[in-house]
Amino acid sequence: MSSALLIIAAVTVVALLLGLRARRGHDMSLEQWTVGGRSFGTAFVFLLMAGEIYTTFTFLGGSGFAYGKGAPVYYILAYGSLAYILSYWMLPPIWRYAKSQRLVSQPHFFSRKYDSPALGVLVALVGVAALIPYLVLQLKGLGIIVATASYGAIPSTSAIWIGAAVVTCYVIVSGVRGSAWNSVVKDTLILAVVLFLGIYLPIHYYGGLGDMFHTIEAAKPGFLTFPAKGSSVTWFQSTVLLTALGFFMWPHTFGSVFTAKDERIFRRNAMVLPLYQLILLFVFFVGFAAVLKVPGLKGGDIDLSLFRLSLQTFDPWFVGVIGGAGVLTALVPGSMILNTASTLLANDVYRGLLKRDASDASVTRLARMLVPVVALVAVAFTLHGGETIVALLLMGYNFVTQLFPAMICSLAPHNRATKQGAFCGILAGVAVVAATTLMHLSMGQLFPFLPDAAKDVNIGFVALALNIVVFVVVSAVTQPRTSGESHAQTHVH
Amino acid sequence: MYFRFLAVLPFIGILLGVPFVNRVEPLVLGMPFVLAWIVLWVILISLIMALIYRLDPSNRQAPADTEEARS
Repeated sequence: MSSALLIIAAVTVVALLLGLRARRGHDMSLEQWTVGGRSFGTAFVFLLMAGEIYTTFTFLGGSGFAYGKGAPVYYILAYGSLAYILSYWMLPPIWRYAKSQRLVSQPHFFSRKYDSPALGVLVALVGVAALIPYLVLQLKGLGIIVATASYGAIPSTSAIWIGAAVVTCYVIVSGVRGSAWNSVVKDTLILAVVLFLGIYLPIHYYGGLGDMFHTIEAAKPGFLTFPAKGSSVTWFQSTVLLTALGFFMWPHTFGSVFTAKDERIFRRNAMVLPLYQLILLFVFFVGFAAVLKVPGLKGGDIDLSLFRLSLQTFDPWFVGVIGGAGVLTALVPGSMILNTASTLLANDVYRGLLKRDASDASVTRLARMLVPVVALVAVAFTLHGGETIVALLLMGYNFVTQLFPAMICSLAPHNRATKQGAFCGILAGVAVVAATTLMHLSMGQLFPFLPDAAKDVNIGFVALALNIVVFVVVSAVTQPRTSGESHAQTHVH
Repeated sequence: MYFRFLAVLPFIGILLGVPFVNRVEPLVLGMPFVLAWIVLWVILISLIMALIYRLDPSNRQAPADTEEARS
């Protein structure tokens, strides 16, 4: 067994044991399993939220994006930071409401705020549709990492099965606590690895950061700035704004808000998390360093740039360390997604649609039984999904962004929006996202009369705009007749 | 609550500023100018949020229930 494989195996075993041990001293009630009994302090909440940033998507995808596309990768750095500004004012009221109502999931929040289980079911289905492709992406990344870092000793299919089994075990046993403990190990390791690679590789291959960028600019003029067309400045502006709004709308990120034990944690994290984002900078540096050193990767293979460069630079044992860190970037977010998707199905679809009077205990039991089911679906998609999954993934972010208008209105002290408005708005937005993604439509094709700059606007804005229009119009039409009267008795449909 | 308007600055700096700084030279700390501009704003966001945290009266109440034993 090679030293690389040994290290990757050790990291995986540690993740499993730590995930299982996380349960110790806690009875797994619904609130414990889903939101850690709302007892997490600053550090855990910080890591759970940061866990959202450092997934395989950023580790492999961030460096691959820099390698393949150049400047457009800068957007990843910008949107999270802007989202943290919003979080300062947005998350405390969400947390207060969740605590007072003992909420365990995002659809739960919508269904209580708008007093409509039907809305909860819709939000849950949108959430699951966005989460599954995200989980598939983590598993795919895991397969690539293990296969590459083990020098082919373990094929990616076996790695995917092992990885899925590990997260399934510790999510069933410990719920969100398993993710929290593992994120401590993950972030420590990834921090060290990424900082080292981002500093060492430019110096090793080019003599320094400035020299590296000068060399790249000379070899590929225009690679380091936004192009005039396509991924242009307009694309950057619209995508950053859209993704900043959607950032906290991911069901597992929204759910991690509920784990906090007091609301000041969010305001404190809003000043620290932007700085933590800067680690992504070093991921970009790795991708840029690979541009001229391992040229020729095309299509989906651009995501391999970090590992290809590492393989030709370092000894196997260190490739193993990078692989181990990579495995954790797949397992930790994967476990959060698994936990959330199962909760959504059990708490919000089953209890919301099928059996309104189900007890917390039976919902918990069902959620834990659904963990292996969701994992199997994700594995099946990973191994046989082909291209459809890419389309689903592109939709994911735009899907969850559709929840933003109804969420933000519900935080107002006198929310004039109605459940019918929220329901129809979200449905309209999601339909537009699905249609435009599946038909590969862009702004330019949809509105050929627009000026060139406007053609690069992210198509997601069309969906969000239509969502808001429908939301406002339907809410206006369905206003309760006497404003003082409670409309708690009426139902949708 | 005037201090809240500070939070608008990064949106202006990043979203509206980038068209004016979309170039490589001069390199700042070894980074292309447009990347350095974004990095600068990320750091400024942290400073601005720290300032807002200081000025925000809702963070000034005595930390009554924060000293819980670890759960």
